[in-house]
Amino acid sequence: MSTRDDMLTRIAAALEGADRIPPPQREYGATTPLPDIAATFVERVEDYRAVVERVNPEGITAAVAATLTRATRVVVPPGLPREWVAALDGAEVVADDGDLSPDELDHFDAVVTAAAVGIAVTGTIVLDHGPDQGRRALSLVPDVHVCVVRESQLVGDVPESIAPLRHAVDAGRPLTWISGPSATSDIELERVEGVHGPRTLHVLLVSTDHPLPPA
Amino acid sequence: MSGTFIGMPKFQTAAKEALGNSQQRRNLQHATGTIRRKRAGVVDELNNWDELRQAGAAIKDNVLSHLDTYLVQLEESLTQAGATVHWAADAEEANRIVTSLVRATGAEEVVKVKSMATQEIGLNEALEVAGINAWETDLAELIVQLGHDKPSHILVPAIHRNRAEIREIFLREMGQVGTPPPTGLTSNPRELAEAARVHLREKFLRAKVAISGANFAIAETGTLVVVESEGNGRMCLTLPETLISVVGIEKVLPTLEDLEVFMQLLPRSSTGERMNPYTSTWTGITPGDGPQDVHVVLLDNGRTDALADQVGRQALRCIRCSACLNVCPVYQRVGGHAYGSVYPGPIGAILNPQLRGTTSDVDQSLPYASSLCGACGDVCPVNIEIPELLVHLRTRVVDEHRGGIPSGEQIAMKGAAWMFSDHRRWEKAQKGAELSGRALGKKDTIGRLPGPLSAWSDARDAPTPPAESFRSWWKREKGDPR
Ligand code: SF4
Repeated sequence: MSTRDDMLTRIAAALEGADRIPPPQREYGATTPLPDIAATFVERVEDYRAVVERVNPEGITAAVAATLTRATRVVVPPGLPREWVAALDGAEVVADDGDLSPDELDHFDAVVTAAAVGIAVTGTIVLDHGPDQGRRALSLVPDVHVCVVRESQLVGDVPESIAPLRHAVDAGRPLTWISGPSATSDIELERVEGVHGPRTLHVLLVSTDHPLPPA
Repeated sequence: MSGTFIGMPKFQTAAKEALGNSQQRRNLQHATGTIRRKRAGVVDELNNWDELRQAGAAIKDNVLSHLDTYLVQLEESLTQAGATVHWAADAEEANRIVTSLVRATGAEEVVKVKSMATQEIGLNEALEVAGINAWETDLAELIVQLGHDKPSHILVPAIHRNRAEIREIFLREMGQVGTPPPTGLTSNPRELAEAARVHLREKFLRAKVAISGANFAIAETGTLVVVESEGNGRMCLTLPETLISVVGIEKVLPTLEDLEVFMQLLPRSSTGERMNPYTSTWTGITPGDGPQDVHVVLLDNGRTDALADQVGRQALRCIRCSACLNVCPVYQRVGGHAYGSVYPGPIGAILNPQLRGTTSDVDQSLPYASSLCGACGDVCPVNIEIPELLVHLRTRVVDEHRGGIPSGEQIAMKGAAWMFSDHRRWEKAQKGAELSGRALGKKDTIGRLPGPLSAWSDARDAPTPPAESFRSWWKREKGDPR
C-alpha cells in the first residue's frame, strides 16, 4: 500500500464512530463599526512605526518624489501609473520586465507599488501582486517600500478583507500581508525594525471620496 | 532523530537541572512577562474574542473530523496549481523525501523558514548527513543554530539567551559559515539584527532551494500560508527556484474565509500584536513570480495516533501560538529544554506523548509537568482544554503500565477531574501529598508500593511527591498564584 493510502486508511480508522462535525455557522459577532475608517488605518499603521501620509489624487506624484529624495535607483512594477514616479529628481527609474535577478534587485534603493486592500483595525496592507504591484521580489529586496493605498481600498477588519482578495487567489496569485516594516523581537523581546524585508515602509493614503484641500 | 532530544531524561530530572540556571530563569521571566502583557492588551481590544476562539475551535474540529476528505481535496487543489504533493508517514520518510528533492536540484545548501514541523522531524540533521547545509534564517533560529543549541520556545526559540550571550555566539560562529559580523559589534539588539541581515542576505540571494512549513493549508484553493515577522520567510518563499514545504496534516483549513478567524487569533495570541509584520500566501506555481518548482510534503508522524484518541484529538487544533507557554508557571521556571522536544510548555506536555507515544521516560513524565493551574486553557485561542488533557494522559500512562488490573492511581485519576475543577480542593489534596512526601523522607523516588498501587510502582520509579507543592511554593514566593 502506498504511504498516501496508508495514511488515509489510518485517518479513516481513527475517525471510525466519531461524530462528523459540520463547519460552524459564522456567528462570532460583527466587528465594531468604525466612525472613521481612514483615521483608524492611519493610526494603526503608524503604530508599527511606518510613515503614513494622506494625499489627494493629484498630490501622489509630488509626495512620491518628496519621499524618495535620497534614492538613486528606483524599481517599479510594469503596471504602475508612470506619472507617480514622473517627478523623481535625478533617480533612475526602472520598470520591472520580470528578468531582474535577486542580485540585481539588491542594487535598487527603493520600490514604489500600489496595493489591493488596506485593513484599518490591524493597520495591514495586502498586496495581491496585480500589475500595479508586481511580482513579490520587487517589494521585498529594496530597502524602502513606498506603497500607495486608496481610501476606496480600505476595509474595517480582517473578515472584510477576504472577499476583495478572493479573485486573486482563485487566479493563482500570491498575497503578501504587510503590517509595518520588517521587525524582530528575538533579542530579549526588544523590537527592532528592519531585519530582512524593507526597513522603511512609507504609506501614501490617497483620498478618493473626500478630496483634501490643497496643503 | 525524530522527536525526543537524544538521551533526554525525564522531565523532573531535567527540570531540576534547569532550576539551577538563574540567568536562564531571569531571561525567561522577562520575556514571557513582556509577551503576556502585550497579548492581554490586544486581546482586550476585541469585544468578540471568545466567539472567535469558539469559531477557531469549531473550524478545527470540523477539519479533524473530516481530515481524510479535506486532505484529498487539498492534494487535488495543489496538484491543479502546479505543486507536487508527497505523503510522509513518519519523520524518516519525510526526511528521505526532502533530501532526495534537494539532491535532484543539485544544490548543496538550502535556506529555511522557521518551521516547527521540520524541527520535529530533525530535518536539518538529516540534510547534514546527506552533505547538504541547511541555513536557518529566522533570527532566533539562527542564534540557536550558531550556538549549537536547542530551541526553548515555540515563537522565540532563543528566549533563554540574553544579548551578551548572542553577541558572543555571533562573534565566535558567524564567520565560520559566511559573512562575519563587523568588528566592534556591541550587544545592542539593533546591531545584532543588522549583523544577521548582512550575514543572511548573501545566502538569500544565492539560494536555489528553500524549505518551509506552513501555518495553514487551504483545501479549497491549494493555498499555503506562512505567518512571520522578519521578512526571512518572504525571502525564502520568493527568491529560490525550488520550494519544499513540510506540512503537518492537521494544518488544513477548508476555505479561504477561515483565514479571517485565524488571522485574528494567531498574531494576537502569539506575538501580542494586532497583526504580524508579514504573511505570505502562495498557491502552487505562479508563472513569473517566485519558485517554479513547488513541493508539499504532508506529514503524519504520530498525528493519526493523536486523532484516534477521542479526548486527545483536540490537541491537533493547536496553531502553535505559544500563548500557553507564556502563562505557564512551570515553563517559566524550568524553561523549554526540560520538555525534551521542540514543543515545550503545556502544549508540549499534551502533544509529545500523543505524537511519540508514552514509551520513553520523558514522554511518560510530561503529563506530570504541570501544576494544573488552568492558565494555559484560559489563553488558548482554539480552546484546547489542556488541564483536562493532562489528566487524561496521566491516566493513559498509568493504564499502559498496569496491564488491565484496576489500579489505585486510575481510580484516583477518575476523581481528578472533579478535584481540579476547584483549586481549593486541589490545594488541599496536594497538601495531603506533601505530607506523604515528608513521611517518605529523603528518598528521591517511591519504590515498590503496597496494595493496588504496586502494579504501577513496579513498572517505574515515581518521583516522590514534593515536600512543598508547586502552588504553595508559588504562593509563598509570589503571593497570588496568577
Ligand atoms: S495549545 Fe493553544 S495556546 Fe498552546 S500553542 Fe497551541 S494554540 Fe497556542
